[in-house]
Formats: sequence, structure tokens, C-alpha cells
Amino acid sequence: MAEPATAGVAPAAPAAEPVLEVRDLVKHFPLTRGVLFRKQVGAVQAVDGVSFDLAPGETLGIVGESGCGKSTVAKMLVNLERPTSGVIRYKGEDITRLSGRALKAVRRNIQMVFQDPYTSLNPRMTVGDIIGEPYEIHPEVAPKGDRRRRVRELLDVVGLNPEYINRYPHQFSGGQRQRIGIARGLALQPEIIVADEPVSALDVSVQAQVINLMEKLQSEFGLSYLFIAHDLSIVRHISDRVGVMYLGRLAEIGSDEEIYDHPTHPYTQALLSAVPLPDPTARERRDRIILSGDVPSPANPPSGCRFRTRCWKARERCAVEVPELAVPEVFRGDGGPATHPSACHFAAERRTVPTATEPDEGE
Amino acid sequence: MPEPQGARPGGDHEAIASTGAGGAMDLATSEGITLEQGPEGPGGGGPAGRPRSLWSDAWRDLRRNPVFLVSGLIIVFLVIISIWPSLIASGNPLSCDLAKAQEGSRPGHPFGFNGQGCDVYTRTVYGARTSVVVGVLASLGVAVVGSVLGGLAGFFGGFWDAILSRLTDIFFGIPVVLGGLVLLSVVTSATVWPVIGFMVLLGWPQISRIARGSVITIKQNDFVQAARALGASNPRMMLRHVLPNAIAPVIVVATIALGTFIALEATLSYLGVGLKPPTVSWGIDISDASPYIRNAPHMLLWPAGALAVTVLAFIMLGDAVRDALDPKLR
Amino acid sequence: MLLEVRDLQVEFHTREGVARAVNGVTYSVAAGETLAVLGESGSGKSVTAQAIMGILDSPPGRISGGEVLFKGRDLLRLKEDQRRRIRGAEMAMIFQDALSSLNPVLTVGNQLGEMFIVHRGMNRGRARSEAVGLMDRVRIPAAKERVDDYPHQFSGGMRQRIMIAMALALEPDLIIADEPTTALDVTVQAQVMDLLAELRRELDMGLILITHDLGVVADVADRIAVMYAGRIVESAPVHDIYRAPAHPYTRGLLESIPRLDQKGRELYAIKGLPPNLLRIPPGCAFNPRCPMAQDICRTEVPPLFDAGEGRRSACFFWKETRDG
Repeated sequence: MAEPATAGVAPAAPAAEPVLEVRDLVKHFPLTRGVLFRKQVGAVQAVDGVSFDLAPGETLGIVGESGCGKSTVAKMLVNLERPTSGVIRYKGEDITRLSGRALKAVRRNIQMVFQDPYTSLNPRMTVGDIIGEPYEIHPEVAPKGDRRRRVRELLDVVGLNPEYINRYPHQFSGGQRQRIGIARGLALQPEIIVADEPVSALDVSVQAQVINLMEKLQSEFGLSYLFIAHDLSIVRHISDRVGVMYLGRLAEIGSDEEIYDHPTHPYTQALLSAVPLPDPTARERRDRIILSGDVPSPANPPSGCRFRTRCWKARERCAVEVPELAVPEVFRGDGGPATHPSACHFAAERRTVPTATEPDEGE
Repeated sequence: MPEPQGARPGGDHEAIASTGAGGAMDLATSEGITLEQGPEGPGGGGPAGRPRSLWSDAWRDLRRNPVFLVSGLIIVFLVIISIWPSLIASGNPLSCDLAKAQEGSRPGHPFGFNGQGCDVYTRTVYGARTSVVVGVLASLGVAVVGSVLGGLAGFFGGFWDAILSRLTDIFFGIPVVLGGLVLLSVVTSATVWPVIGFMVLLGWPQISRIARGSVITIKQNDFVQAARALGASNPRMMLRHVLPNAIAPVIVVATIALGTFIALEATLSYLGVGLKPPTVSWGIDISDASPYIRNAPHMLLWPAGALAVTVLAFIMLGDAVRDALDPKLR
Repeated sequence: MLLEVRDLQVEFHTREGVARAVNGVTYSVAAGETLAVLGESGSGKSVTAQAIMGILDSPPGRISGGEVLFKGRDLLRLKEDQRRRIRGAEMAMIFQDALSSLNPVLTVGNQLGEMFIVHRGMNRGRARSEAVGLMDRVRIPAAKERVDDYPHQFSGGMRQRIMIAMALALEPDLIIADEPTTALDVTVQAQVMDLLAELRRELDMGLILITHDLGVVADVADRIAVMYAGRIVESAPVHDIYRAPAHPYTRGLLESIPRLDQKGRELYAIKGLPPNLLRIPPGCAFNPRCPMAQDICRTEVPPLFDAGEGRRSACFFWKETRDG
């Protein structure tokens, strides 16, 4: 990233004209009491001011622990949740205010792949009906007589036998169901796919198959991915850029090298240091940061910096002043890989992932 | 809640259950290559390789369940004689001869005569029609009203859902028999409709609660969210995605309720606020016979026995259907 | 040896036939050692643990052969009440889902104290102070104030600590942890794994860690046993297995996971799916997915070959695999 850093909300912008721009996205779920006469007593601040861009053909990974709001961001992008405030621009047009026909048209272009392959397919419908349903909802995409053929093609594209078109989801394994879910997402030829933990419910040996498939499809159809996961290794593998979320806000965003090899936000550093590495020699070489305590409740987040209650660097300033997601002052004009937006008053580089030893293929 | 067969990943134990129940693991392909298919060839699915659904699985379970077979036989028999009572009873239930009042069994009249001198056998056979009609129509009415209201409330939530929930609470508070005594005593019609109407009025909240809960659970499934993300309309989501998955518990409860409606009709008729002569009903006959239980017990025992067997048959059927459709409720 | 499992076999009787979940598993754990049992769902790793603990649901499960020697005694030959006395006191288990493993209507102090009342015959008061001590030991902050809280009032990580406290209560010699951190967030996972490792050192216990996560294994295990389709396919000291796996399945697993510390190329994907336990392929169960499979693999079941230096591999071509 050689881009000049701008202060304020604009995060590290990808090179090309973004296909999706998200600005100050907020989602608060009201907490109510009372049955007939509801009274708002508070709000779960699931997402609280998130901004990022997604370039065509790019994969942006969003990582974070449970409750950080990453899934809520995904839902707002595909319009399953309405943002409390903020803007989602698809090719320059704000889609948060759309409804009816205009919304339906935009929806065609942003599709979602769900986490749980066991609940994301209707058990009463055949695979053909599931993958063909997008055409029934958007009949203009494919004429009626052509749909069956397209569904078979899609099955083939995701690596399933087209003969399986009349089977029911329960006749497939988890990995195969996820392929069916991906085929459904591809049916309308979208430009953007929002994938919410698409492999975390799968067996290790099957995860690789699905990830490879997603990468193949991306290059084949020029898709942009928003890839949401809690598994940092998988996110690094598939992403061009990575955003780290904590308690409804982005803590840090940058290219995969910037985030993984030159993290400047303490949360990112702690998160990376906690990931178990499949390399026993790393045990001794690692800089482990064991955080104390749990993530605070998003209904009652800490003032100032949301990470301060678990942060070893926290000082008074952190409780008072919300750190902005911008390139930290110390790195401005530095131009190195640490020059990327990080929402910390005391940002500093600390490498917590050891350099990879060359994988030792036999003796 | 009925769930798709097969289990989620998680423990080894569950995975085995899913391999056993789903039999789907051998449907293996990867990157377009079809791998080994198991001994049955390219089928893979179940042992026969045919597609299986909740309903076909349930049917397979039911066929092997003796409770279902026995209750099913009784019910088939009841339905047949309700449609064609003359198949097994040649007489007319309304032609009575006071001279034979309270007489016992004799050739041609195996159950004897009642207090009006009517043939008890004929009246018991004809009484089945009333019971079946009341039971089936009341159950249907309850199922339709309850699942539509409960389903809509569950699907949309919000204000009307809150209203409906309070309303069901109120209806649950009404004692059924007392409500019947009050409401039906002002009705003069001799048809079955006021009774059925009353049953639907008091019965729908039960179904509506179940339908609402079932719809809320199904609605949270990702496949409904997936349809919504595709831009599916509300009717499409309700009819294609929610309804087929949420209907099973409603069917189960409505079937079990059918037996209780038949018993309720008899109760109301016994109390004199249900059906009225000349309608032939077991409840009316039981009521008419009860003063004479000491000297002519046959007048009471036959209609009461028929009622007991019928109610039991429907409740057993409901139980069997629940076991088949909803293994987790067991 | 603290625990020796020999040729253990477990079957499940299902509507569609007999699922052979465990087909001759042999492994052992010494005091103070951490053995990681690695496998995917359906590999039989949890069923083996349940058979060792004596908590296998039967029916449908049935132990059809083998021995479980714990301090020299064959547990499978003991009467149920003898086994019950061993459970908890001498060997204990930690489950993945702490919320459903704790009784929601009893306070955690009650549940922890119960162990001391039942097994040690303590009175309520002493049991309670022991419970507080245990909660301190697993580093639950403000243990004294929280001892009367109910399970749902704790966070996921804290609940898992309570599970650990419960397992530790009677200072068993062996702990079996079945995916203890799978349901937890990664920062919390690190806390819990650290705690487990530290307690194991402190108390010199044997620990069987059942997991599907190659990263967790590398972090804490001394030795690894890799399971596939109800069998051990490879067992070795942890460093050896990561440096040079001697079974194609292990190699495939290692190459199929993305790495945090390096930007990957295309991932190696093991083709196909784990086998249906109702119809385990003849010969080596892995042969339909194996890139090295030869004719012999399709007809003969490979024994566990001794691969030297405490390593074993159930592959006819373990040498070729190990040497890449």
C-alpha cells in the first residue's frame, strides 16, 4: 500500500474503483421491555461505525471473535438487516434506502453463502429446486425452459454430479451441501459474494476442497468476496486485504502482509499470537500474548477504545477518546508495511507470528 | 421441531448417527469426479437409493408401528360405516317402537332396545357418523384457523403477534364445559354446526400457539434467510419454505385433538347443550340411558363403549403420527 | 503405563446395519504425558474415549472386543459400580459443550461440592470451601463471590474452566478432554489450553486431548495418534509427525490446512469424503482417497508398522511417505 494516508473515516482504499463502499455503518438492536407497550431500555451495539471498500475481483477478509459484529455486517450487506445508520454504496448507489424493484435488482448482484450447510438448505426441496429458486424469484435472468439446464451447469461448476438434481439435501455430506449453497449463490451471476464462515462447519479435509473451489470460482467469474471468518489462517490464505473487528468496530485493516506480519493494533497482535500453529517448533519461538478476561457485552461496551478493558497498553486517554481508524501518526510518511489504518492511540509494531520455517518436505 | 435427517457435525457419536440414518456419506464426488458409490451402484442415498423425505420416512415408521396399524384399522372401519352405515345396519335409527322399550338382546337386535324402543345396534352404528363428522370438521377448522393466525403472528411478529398472544391467553382461561353450557344453551339449531363452531372457537388457540412456535423456529433457519436474501416475497417464503417445514407439529396436535373433540361432543350432548334429537349421537344416547343404568345397562354400555374405542383410536393415531413425524418429542 | 487401550472395537447398531465406529484401536498414555488423538468427525476418536470412560450409550453402541487397562486393571471386566468409583476419582472427562454438561438449575458451587460429598463424604460446609478452592485453582476471578452463581451466568470460557475444575476435583490420574476448546473464541481458547497444560504439569496427570485441530495439537501434545475410520493410522512424537508424516492421511491433513505464517498457494485437498462406517472400504480404509494407493491397499488391511523411534504407521508405504 503506497497510498497517501488520509485521516478520518476513509480507510485504506483498494487500487481500482470500489464495487462496494461501506461508510460508518451502524446497527443497534433495541433492547425492549414490556409486552404490549414496549419501552426501549437500551441497545445492543452490534455494529458501531464500520467503513471499508471492496474492489472488483478482490477478497476482503473480516476476522473477529464471536459477538464482534462481523455477521451483522454481512447481513446488512445482503439486506437481511436494515442499518441503523450509515451508507452502503454499490457502484456509487446507496442501497440502504432502496426498496421494491430497485432493491431486488441490487440483490441479484450481492449474494450470500451461509455458514451452516445443514440449515441453509430447505430440507423439503430438491437440489434442483433449491439452486433454481433464484430464477423463479428473478424470472428475467433465465427463461423458464432454460433453467433446468442452467442448474445442471451450476452443479457441474461446483463439482457435483449434475445427475443429483433430484436429490434432497440430507442425501449429501456437509461439504457437498456447502457446494450446493455456493451454486445457489452463483445462479444469478452476482458480482459480490458475502460468505459468512463458509467452511467453519466442515471437516478439516473438506475445508480445503471448498476453499479451493471458491478461489477457482473467483478467478473464473471475476467475483468479489467479502469473506467473514474467525479462523485467521483461512482468512490469510484467501484474502487480499483483511479487516480485524472487535466489539462492533474495525480495529485494523490492511493487506494480508500488513495485518499478519506487521500488526500495529494490540488486539490484532493478541489474536494472532493466540492462534495455535500446526508446527510444534513454533511453541518455543512464539511471542504469546494471553489476554485476560472475556469480550465485554455489546449492550454495554466500554467508553473510548472498546478494547481497553483487556489491553495491556491501556491508559487514561483510551477511556476518554475513541481512537479513529486511520494510519497512526507515528507511521505517517513511513511508507512501510506498518503504514495502514489502525484504531489505536498507542499503535506500535509487534510481530507475534513467527517467520515460517521452510516446510521440511522429508529428509 | 422436525429436522432434516442426518445430524450436524460435532461429535463422533452424532456423525455415526447421521451415517446410519442418512446413509448419505457415500455420495462422494470431488471436483467433478465421482468416487466410489457404495455397493448399490450410483444410488447412494438410502439402501434403495431413492430420494427420502420427512413424509416418506414417517410413512415407513408408521407402517411398522402396531399402534398405528390397530388405530388405523379402527378408524378406517369407522369412516366406512359413517359413510355407508347401511352396510352393517339394515334398520332405521329413528324407527322406534315404544312397546320394546328397554328390552335386551335378541336375534336381529344384538344390542337390545333403548328407552324409546329404538334398536341400540342401529343407533350405535349411525352415531359414528356424527362423531366422525364433528371430530374431523372441528379438527380441520381448528387446524386452519389456528395455523393461519399463529403462523402469521409467528412470521411477522410485532404488534399483532403480541395481541394474538394475549388473546390466546384469554381463550385458554375459559373452562370448556362451562363455556359450552353458556354459549350453546342459547342456540336452537339442531345441526352439528353450532357445536363445531364452538369447538373451533375454543380450540384454535392451542394450535395457534404451536404453529406460532414452529414458524418462529423455522423462520430462523438459514434457508429462510437465504430466500430472503435472494429477494423472495413474503408469500413465497411462507408457502415454500416455512409452511412445509412447520406443519408437522400442527398435524400431530390436530390429530390428537380430534379424539378429544369427539369426547367433547358427547359431553356437551350429554349435558343437553350439544346436539339435539333427531340427530343420532352417542352423547345423546348415553344421556338418555344414564337414568336406567341399573336395570338396563346395555342401553348405556354400547354407545359408551363405541365412544371410548373411537376416542382412543384417534388419540393413538395422533401418538403414532407424532412419533413418526417428530422423533424428538418422544 | 497409566492407560493402555488394546485392540478396542466398538459397533453401533443402527436401522441400516452395523456401523463399525472403532476397529481395533491401540494406544497408551503415561503419567504426565499428553496424548493428542486427532481425527475428523466419524473417525471414532470420541467413541473410543467414551468406551474408556464407560459412558458409551448402549444400545446403540456395543464394545465388541479389546481391553482397556487402567493401572493394570481391565476396565471392561469390572462391574458397573466399581467403574463408577473410578470415574471422577481416578479418571475424569471434559466435554466440548460446557453449557449442556453443567446442570442449569444448580449453582456451580453445588455441583463442584457434590463431588466431595459423594466421593469424599465431606459435609456441605467443607465441600463448599473446597469448591471455592477449585475455582481459584482454575483462575476464576472472585471465586468466593461467584460460587453461588448458576452456569448461565458465566461466559463460555469461564464455564469451560468450571468443567475443568470439576474434572480436577478429586485429582484424577487421567483426564480425557474431548474438543475442550472447539466452541471457544481463539483468545479464550489460548487461556483454557494454557490452563490445562499447566495443571497437567502441576498434578502430573495423563491427558488425552481429543481434537480435530492440528494447531492445538502442535501447541500442547507430546505424542499424537491420528485416527481414521475407527483405526489409528499413525502415532508418533509430535515433532516427528509434523516434520515428516509417515501416513498419507496425516500428510494430506497437514498440507490441506492454510498457514497463518505464510501466504498459501492452492491448498492440497484430500479428495473425496471420509468413509461411511456402514461400508468401510476393504483393505486400507483410506485407499479410495489415497494418492499412493496400490493393489495391495485395496485387498489387505495394513498392520501398524513399527517405523522406529516410537513411531508407528498403518501404511504399507510408510517409508516412502515419510521420506516424501
